[in-house]
Amino acid sequence: MTKPAPAVASSVSTDELDRICSQVRRDIVRMVHGCQSGHPGASLGCTEFFVALYWNILCHDPKAFSMDGIGQDLFFLSNGHISPVWYSVLAHSGYFPTKELFTFRKLNSRLQGHPTTHEGLPGIRMASGSLGQGLSVGIGAALAKKLNGDPHLVFTLHGDGELQEGQIWEAAMSAPRHKVDNLIATVDWNGRQIDGDVDDVLPLGDLPAKWRAFGWDVLICNGNDMAELLATLNEAKSRTGKGLPIVILMRTEMGQGVDFMVGSHEWHGIPPNDEQLARALAQLPETLGDY
Amino acid sequence: MAHFPILDQKDTRSGFGAGLLELGKSDPNVVALCADLTGSLKMDAFAKAFPERFFQMGVAEANMMGVAAGLTIGGKIPFTGTFANFSTGRVYDQIRQSIAYAGKNVKICASHAGLTLGEDGATHQILEDIGLMRMLPGMTVVVPCDFNQTKQATIAIGAHEGPVYLRFGRPKWPVFIPADMPFEIGKAQLLVEGTDVSIFACGHLVWRALQAAEELATAGIKAEVINVHTVKPLDEAAVLASVRKTGCAVSCEEHNRFGGLGDTIAQVLALNQPLPMEFVAVNDSFGESGTPDQLLKKYGLDVPDIVAAAQRALKRK
Repeated sequence: MTKPAPAVASSVSTDELDRICSQVRRDIVRMVHGCQSGHPGASLGCTEFFVALYWNILCHDPKAFSMDGIGQDLFFLSNGHISPVWYSVLAHSGYFPTKELFTFRKLNSRLQGHPTTHEGLPGIRMASGSLGQGLSVGIGAALAKKLNGDPHLVFTLHGDGELQEGQIWEAAMSAPRHKVDNLIATVDWNGRQIDGDVDDVLPLGDLPAKWRAFGWDVLICNGNDMAELLATLNEAKSRTGKGLPIVILMRTEMGQGVDFMVGSHEWHGIPPNDEQLARALAQLPETLGDY
Repeated sequence: MAHFPILDQKDTRSGFGAGLLELGKSDPNVVALCADLTGSLKMDAFAKAFPERFFQMGVAEANMMGVAAGLTIGGKIPFTGTFANFSTGRVYDQIRQSIAYAGKNVKICASHAGLTLGEDGATHQILEDIGLMRMLPGMTVVVPCDFNQTKQATIAIGAHEGPVYLRFGRPKWPVFIPADMPFEIGKAQLLVEGTDVSIFACGHLVWRALQAAEELATAGIKAEVINVHTVKPLDEAAVLASVRKTGCAVSCEEHNRFGGLGDTIAQVLALNQPLPMEFVAVNDSFGESGTPDQLLKKYGLDVPDIVAAAQRALKRK
C-alpha cells in the first residue's frame, strides 16, 4: 500500500469563506429546527472559526480520513454541544454527504446530539459533550505526533463556560511541562453560558493572564471577523514548534448571524419554531445549496 | 488434590512493573503515564529505560486519562498508572466518555486496590472499582492473583485491542502461579478440581481460596477452585461447567459484595443454572486502617470465612 501524500491546507478567498458561512448558518438553524433540539447559539458564534479552519487552515484530506490521523492536522471539539456547526462543516468539506444532516439527533443517526466515534462518522476522532476533556485529548494526540515524527498540528476548541472545569487547568499545566508546541487550543470567548453571563455564573477573571501564567503563548482576536481570524490562525501556526503551547482567545457573539438570536444566552440550547426559522433563513442567503 | 507451593513472596504491583518493562522492549508503541506514584506502581524501570515514552503527569488524574485517550489516536498503546481509587472513581467520567464510549485502546492499571492496601485506610481502599469498570460497555476487567500472573496479564493486555482495567495490589503476597502457566484474557483457570462446591475467586483471594480448599479437604469436602482472573468478559462456560458438576458456588473477592465478581457469576447462574450461591466479599461497607491480614479477617475475607461459606452453600443444595 502506498502512503497518501501529506495533506495540505487550501486557500479560499475571504469573500468565498463568508459565503460558505452563510450556508453553514442556514444548516445550523434548519438542523436544530428539524429535530426541535440542539444548540444553535454558540454554533452560530463559531461558524467563522470552523469554516476558516476546515477550508484554509487544516492540512487534511476528507477522503483519506483515518482514526490515527497520521500525516494530517487534527481537530478536537471539546464543547461537543455545538455539534451542528461541526457536522455542517464536515459535510460541506467532503467527510460525508450533506443529506445526512437531515438525520441530526434522530434515531439511528451517525449525527448524535453530541459528537461520537461510536457511530463511525468520518471526521470525528473523539467523543465529547461532557465538558473539559478535549484539551487533555489534544495534548495526548499532539504527544503521539511528536513520538511518530509527524510534523502536523493538533487544534482544539473550547467554550469559555467550559473553562470552569478543573480538568482544563490540569491540562493547561501539563502542556508546557511536556513541551507540547504542536498544539493550538482555541476558546470561544463569547462571555455567555446556559444560565447567563459567564461573569455572573462563575467569572474567569483575567483570562489571557491566566493562560500566560500557565505557560501558554496567547493570541486574541475577533472570532467573527473572517480576515482577522485567518490572520490570527496563521500567526498561531507560525508560532508552533517554538517550545510553547498556543491558545487563541476568540471574541465572538453567541447567535451571530441571526438578529433575534445574537448577543444573548437565551439561544444557547433552544430551537427556533417555524416562524422563527423563516425569519432566520431570510437573513442567511443559500450559497452552497440546502441539504 | 492439586497443590500449589509458595514459590516466593512478591507484590502484584511489581509484576505489573516487570510486565510493563518487558512490553516496552517488545513494542515501541507502548507508552506509560503516571500520576506522581512512579515508585508505588513500580513504573520506574520503564521510565528509566524509555524516558521518551514515559509521561509524568503529576497529581492530575483526570488529565492523565484524557492524554492517554489522545495518545491512542496516533497509534500509541498507553498504560496509565495510579492507585485503584484514583484510577476509577476519581476519573469515572473521563474513562466513560474519552476512553470507553470513544473505544480507545487505553490500559488503566490500578494498584493498591482493596483492603490489603492496609494502613492508609478507607479513603484509599477502593472496594467498588470492579463494579464501576464492569458497568462500562466494552471495558475488559482483569484481576490477576499473584506476581507471575500480574506480569503475564500486563503483557497480555498490551496485545489486546480495546480499553482494559487491570487491578492489582500493594502487599507482598504468595507467588504460586508457575511462570509458564498459560494465561489468556477471558479464560478462567481451573486450579483445583472438585465435585462438592465451586469456589470462584479473583485477585489476592485466590490464594485464600486454595487454602480454604485444603481445609475443606480435611473435612472430606472436595472443593473446586477456579481463578476468574478476567471478571469481564466472564468465562461463562467455565462457570457453568463447574457448577453443573458441583451444584453450588462460592465467590471470593476483595471488593464490595455489590457489583463485583459475585454479582456477575450470580447473573450467569440465575439465567442458566439457578443453584445455591454464597458470597465472600465486603458487606457493603468502607474499610479502615490496619494490616492486610487483620483487615481480611475483620471484614470476612479470610480462609475460615471461605470455608464457612462453602459449608453454607453445601447445606443449601
